Amino acid sequence: MKETTVDKVLGHPLNAWYVAAWDHEVNRKPLARTVANRPLALYRTEDGDAVALADACWHRLAPLSMGKLEGRDGIRCPYHGILYNSAGRCVSMPAQETINPSATVASFPVVERYRYVWVWLGDAALADPKLVPDMHQMDDPDWAGDGLTISVDCNYQLVLDNLMDLTHEEFVHSSSIGQEALSESEFTVHHDERTVTVERWMLGIDAPPFWLKNMRDKFPDFEGKVDRWQIIHFESPTTINIDVGVARAGTGAPQGDRSQGVNGYVMNTISPVTDRSSLYFWAFMRNYRLESQVITTQLRDGVSGVFREDENMLVAQQAAIDANPDYEFYSLNIDAGGMWVRRLIERQLAAEGRLPAPVAPVAAG
Amino acid sequence: MATSHAAVWQHATVVDSTALTDDIRRIVLAPDHPAKVDAGAHIDVRVPIGGVPDRRSYSVVDDGPDGRTLAISVLDSPRSRGGARAMHALRPGDTIEITQPIVDFPLRVGAAHYVLLAGGIGITAVMGMASVLRSVGADYTLVYAGRSRPALAYLEQLQNAHGDRLRLHITDEGNPLDVTELVGGVEPGTELYLCGPIRLMDAVRRAWIERELPYPDLRFETFGNSGWFAPEDFVVRIPRIGAEVTVRATETMLEALEAAEVDLMFDCRKGECGLCEVRVLDLDGDIDHRDVFYSERQKDSRGTMCCCVSRAVAPPGGIAIVTIDIS
Ligand code: FES
Ligand code: FES
Ligand SMILES: [Fe+2]
Repeated sequence: MKETTVDKVLGHPLNAWYVAAWDHEVNRKPLARTVANRPLALYRTEDGDAVALADACWHRLAPLSMGKLEGRDGIRCPYHGILYNSAGRCVSMPAQETINPSATVASFPVVERYRYVWVWLGDAALADPKLVPDMHQMDDPDWAGDGLTISVDCNYQLVLDNLMDLTHEEFVHSSSIGQEALSESEFTVHHDERTVTVERWMLGIDAPPFWLKNMRDKFPDFEGKVDRWQIIHFESPTTINIDVGVARAGTGAPQGDRSQGVNGYVMNTISPVTDRSSLYFWAFMRNYRLESQVITTQLRDGVSGVFREDENMLVAQQAAIDANPDYEFYSLNIDAGGMWVRRLIERQLAAEGRLPAPVAPVAAG
Repeated sequence: MATSHAAVWQHATVVDSTALTDDIRRIVLAPDHPAKVDAGAHIDVRVPIGGVPDRRSYSVVDDGPDGRTLAISVLDSPRSRGGARAMHALRPGDTIEITQPIVDFPLRVGAAHYVLLAGGIGITAVMGMASVLRSVGADYTLVYAGRSRPALAYLEQLQNAHGDRLRLHITDEGNPLDVTELVGGVEPGTELYLCGPIRLMDAVRRAWIERELPYPDLRFETFGNSGWFAPEDFVVRIPRIGAEVTVRATETMLEALEAAEVDLMFDCRKGECGLCEVRVLDLDGDIDHRDVFYSERQKDSRGTMCCCVSRAVAPPGGIAIVTIDIS
């Protein structure tokens, strides 16, 4: 018998692109960020290229992120002044006339795409920019919107679980997007080697407050029932883009005519920080009323409030997991999407020789 | 590099030992704790020399699945200290102590062009890099220089793997390496990875600096075991502690002083960090500086030396005597 996934939290693949920061966060002043348990010093060269160096000087491991940028692409260690270039090579050793050829810090492959700075912490020879997950709505002229970062104290997999099953909206987000129709409606799940899709349609229902407002932004006198959709697209290992929206009931949205509705994309990509903390980068993009900065800000703030409810739940869930190391997870049928995600990630971990999962911290006593 | 510099010792079993040339053997080891081997990695090996365990560094040439086996290649020339002889004597089934693979000479993927330059046995340090560069489709040239065709290890394998990207320079075929021409022809944005004898390293370094190419783009690794002169016996005097020690041609000055229980500080033991510096008070003969720590100016002043790799050479018709002070 094949074993199904049983681990509660997962280790993270290393041969993957993870977002380290929003593009606007990486500047001519070093930024300290940890991704996949690797502290990084992020900065931009004078030519505008983003750089990710290991945030520990070769000499005595002082954090380079506390140092100063120098010259076209250099960063100087704040402790004894070794100067590195953007490739992580020592360019000057103040206390001697030569340079020790071994003096290097790791410089990780970086790709800037979709308003994010992505880093690759695994085998650099495999760092193919084509493997950056598709998040094109982030900077496509047909879409407008904005997002934020949530620093959440839980294993990244719990965030993926949360996004792969939206029936939780009924209970966690009852005042904004939750409604009974969510857990009552049927859904379908598909997967291939890199993706999992969960699709759910709710036909002829009342629009919850969040969606009623969005409909009226586009159709000011909208009244009546809607057809609502949620199509969750997971792309390995940690990106989930959710196609969401509502349209006037019976106007053909399920068949592909969304002209009588509003459509958003909830863009989510999660970067493991440690085994117990994650950076959750999200944005809400829409393809209507592109000109309205007011709507952009309202949507960002609205979704931000919704996600705070998720964050509280996730932190509490992680604490309960760690406080009950002898209790197991059980599954419901609504977990199908999340379980496929776990299986794809476990396969990738196995391929990297990195199973089993990190050991849970020892509970008190 | 910070992540993999520290040595973790383990046992390894010799799986195979094959002669590649008259004086180079390929030795395949199965370590007790297999680990992935990155390009540019070496292992340190404890070899008994006259019954006393000593430490040598060898580049990992290639490795089997998941690092379950790894191959090194060992040159035993008349100039070698005793370690190479002991390594050549290893036979399948023998066990030795080795470290996990250590990467002090990492390959950076992503440069516009690469030149990998190997002199003789130096090929062992860049072979793995060449396969990585080939697999990522990088623009690279592998330059392999040596005295004669039969002395070049792995030649056929490299020709098959790298085709036109391999450039051979064979002295006794009238086609020696011209360093000035090689460095002169390097395109901007090139990283040059170099492993070879000190004369070659020195020539390349000079040409590189002369052309004002970015110094950090010149990458090299030295295990400090090649010098300007053949190793010979010499005498070290330390007036501060009233010691006189003879350094045999087959051992380093640091090893000889350690054996005589002189308490010296050191770290890299390969001529890079400068921690093993001793002050030269008086010198009968000359110094063969084999380190990369001192500048030309410092070397020429003969005021200090890195005793982990550097040696004294005799004046005509005598034996060298170096009088030093220690910290
Ligand atoms: S710790 Fe960076 S120079 Fe010393
Ligand atoms: S111990 Fe580092 S140079 Fe000698
Ligand atoms: Fe939620």
